[in-house]
Amino acid sequence: MAKIIIDGTEVDVPPEFTLLQAAEAAGAEIPRFCFHERLSIAGNCRMCLVELKGSPKPVASCAWGVRDCRPGPNGEPPVVNTKSPMVRKAREGVMEFLLINHPLDCPICDQGGECDLQDQAMAYGVDSSRYHENKRAVEDKYIGPLVKTIMNRCIHCTRCIRFSAEVAGVPELGATGRGEDMEITTYLEQAMSSELQGNVVDLCPVGALTSKPYAFAARPWELSKTETIDVMDALGSAIRVDTRGREVMRILPRVNDDVNEEWISDKTRHVVDGLRTQRLDQPYIRHGGRLVPASWPQAFAAIAAKAKVVTPSRIGAIVGDLAAVEEMYALKDLLMRMGVKNIASQDNAPFNPEQGRATYLFNATIAGIERADALLIVGSNPRREAAVLNARIRKRWRAGKFPVALIGEKVDLTYPYDYLGAGPDTLSDLVAGKHSFAEVLKGAERPLIIVGAGALARSDGAAIAALAAKAATEFHAVKEGWNGYSVLHTAASRVGALEIGFMPGQGALNAAAMTKPSALDLIFLLGADEVDVPPGTFVVYIGTHGDSGAHRADVILPGAAYPEKSGLYVNTEGRVQMSNRASFPPGDAREDWSILRALSDTLGHKLPYDSLSALRQALFKERPQLARIGQIVPTGPADIRQLSSLKGEIDKAPFRGAIDDFYLTNPIARASAVMAECSALAEGRVAITAAE
Amino acid sequence: MSVRRLAPADKQPKDFAFTKENLAWAEKQIAKYPTGRQQSAIIPLLWRAQEQNGGWLPEAAIRHVSEMLGMAHIRALEVATFYTMFLLEPCGKKAHVQVCGTTPCMLRGAQAIFDVCKRRIHHDPGHVSAGGDFSWEEVECLGACVNAPMVLIWNDTYEDLTADSFEKVLDGFAKGQPVKPGPQVDRQLSAPVGGQTTLKSVKA
Repeated sequence: MAKIIIDGTEVDVPPEFTLLQAAEAAGAEIPRFCFHERLSIAGNCRMCLVELKGSPKPVASCAWGVRDCRPGPNGEPPVVNTKSPMVRKAREGVMEFLLINHPLDCPICDQGGECDLQDQAMAYGVDSSRYHENKRAVEDKYIGPLVKTIMNRCIHCTRCIRFSAEVAGVPELGATGRGEDMEITTYLEQAMSSELQGNVVDLCPVGALTSKPYAFAARPWELSKTETIDVMDALGSAIRVDTRGREVMRILPRVNDDVNEEWISDKTRHVVDGLRTQRLDQPYIRHGGRLVPASWPQAFAAIAAKAKVVTPSRIGAIVGDLAAVEEMYALKDLLMRMGVKNIASQDNAPFNPEQGRATYLFNATIAGIERADALLIVGSNPRREAAVLNARIRKRWRAGKFPVALIGEKVDLTYPYDYLGAGPDTLSDLVAGKHSFAEVLKGAERPLIIVGAGALARSDGAAIAALAAKAATEFHAVKEGWNGYSVLHTAASRVGALEIGFMPGQGALNAAAMTKPSALDLIFLLGADEVDVPPGTFVVYIGTHGDSGAHRADVILPGAAYPEKSGLYVNTEGRVQMSNRASFPPGDAREDWSILRALSDTLGHKLPYDSLSALRQALFKERPQLARIGQIVPTGPADIRQLSSLKGEIDKAPFRGAIDDFYLTNPIARASAVMAECSALAEGRVAITAAE
Repeated sequence: MSVRRLAPADKQPKDFAFTKENLAWAEKQIAKYPTGRQQSAIIPLLWRAQEQNGGWLPEAAIRHVSEMLGMAHIRALEVATFYTMFLLEPCGKKAHVQVCGTTPCMLRGAQAIFDVCKRRIHHDPGHVSAGGDFSWEEVECLGACVNAPMVLIWNDTYEDLTADSFEKVLDGFAKGQPVKPGPQVDRQLSAPVGGQTTLKSVKA
């Protein structure tokens, strides 16, 4: 630790701290534009100037280490002043220079009201300009469908360049020209291809990069802000939903160092317009092949009439990707009361909660990736399945000494890896030690094995899970204080379903078996759109969007999308998180649990809870671990050892990616025009690379 | 300085590849740097690409060099647009004249050189002459202040110019027989005009 005196108070900080960090530790606030905690230091905006005793000029505190400061003549700690008149004058000078070329268009700027430059000009700006020449004019650039550029406003902080090169790992943005003529652009104004590109809008301290879909839509002070949880992937990123009236205007990330740091994927951010289009706002019943609007009692009566004439063994339920724990619990509860056992998630994953929670969780935890020292990815493409998690892996890789290997589809993960092979054979070879990477894993202290849906969501998934668990035990990835066996799920509802046992039990059908011709007479789809129900089965679809599930349905019960309800979601690590309601479902649509509660009455199996809190109480009584919001209930290594001892037939077919199109994975995203445009662009890029 | 852009698409060649000799030379340059640091060779490679392409750097060459060095295209474009020595627009086929416009040359009559350029080549810098043989631009000090005013054409400097002698230099390039580089008056390198003025007693 090093002592340093900041504004008269002596603080003790690690010597590798910068003056800016030390000043923050001492409680002094330092203005900055280019500096960002999660990016490399550039030191080019000069806004963070402080006075360092002994230095003839003010120094940029973001780029000056505490250990670089000279002690006083008698060995006193270095003295830094952040509030002296000299500092103030220096910062006012910097601000004046920044404003020379910055347009005075705050009234028409989307950043207005949440602009770092605006805020800091209040503190360090002067009321008039001494600059009478013309301001610089810069052509706006096209850099993709998500980020709008107004390049006159750019102050050359280079945060966006550093983000795309360092965090996103797709170095597409750059600065051409020099000095006053420096311009931020992509090569030949191509669209950016990163799935994290939306974050440059948050990073931009001015209004040079703003959100294109949100352009001129609202002002920050008109919006109500609701802190909630994202459901586009299985990470449960922390988000803030901004609404005006009933309408969701935009989605922004919140800081959660355990999950998403402060990034979110473009799907999370720009799915907003999908919440407005294709919505189901009233119940429908199919009459003579056409869906006809109906009232709630009519819809319930139609279901009851059907349920009365079929036997429970020919009834089933499949849950989709976005369901919260509460509605899955209510659906399971209702079906149990009816004597129905056929319940499943739509992806046919082979998990068995009875084998222990560790067998289906990302045991290493997302933050734990940074502690790992070797990584094996089996049948997963984390860049598509969990883009923010991929950025975390890349962060670990950038820190150095992190060998990565992949078994599965060969894809660009934004960091280099050893490609071992395509299928289960390679995995068994690796377990047998026939690969050089086996030595790397054996030598690692905390090896991490990520098993993805591409390996597990297939008919031999259970055997592959066992094989991967064998790899984990073989390479000492499972021990006291470290469990490297980590399952990466692709959907927000998946772990929640497993936690409440929403799985086919002994002798019950899974999703694949339920959708075989003439397997069932009545099926409930709780937001399940990726299943193909054969003709002849009566389909009750509870969901939000007119997607494939609704097109197939015989009765549609309109539900609430994720910003319109409060619900529990368990992320891939097993972290229980509660989302909050930011808006209301459209028209006659209702929250899903209350639909099931009302339906249960008509079906003659009344569920014993009349409010969401009563439902949660019943749920927590049955599954106490779900009451621990924000936490991960720890699991033991024994489950993995037991899993590794299981045997099964393994198919030799190579692992296929679980997600073909990152932008169109769920009904909300498929209803979004912005996502469709991103998807078309990405497809074009794929076609070009294939042609090369 | 002004905004530097790539030449418009209709002036750009479709592709670019180093000649065999240049490729061998480029590989030698790349080998100078340790593994993983090949990108350091970007400036010499871009320069050689520019020489090969007749004095200017097309987009295809920037792409080619960046791919050779395993770096993102935009990183190479950053370098190419940063340094004014990389010409992004086509230049004269016979001569690209870089006229020094810094103080000593200006004091010694660089304006007359500019006037000749404007009259004989093109009114504006950075444009090729009607026949496509010549182009000119103003540059900062090229370090021959003793022999001001001066111009740089390809790799040679022509010094102690007047409007007349500069026209002769241009005539030489037009005919394909360039005059001798260096001072265009009677002096050796930057020794005094008209022979020695001191140490005359010392016999060689």
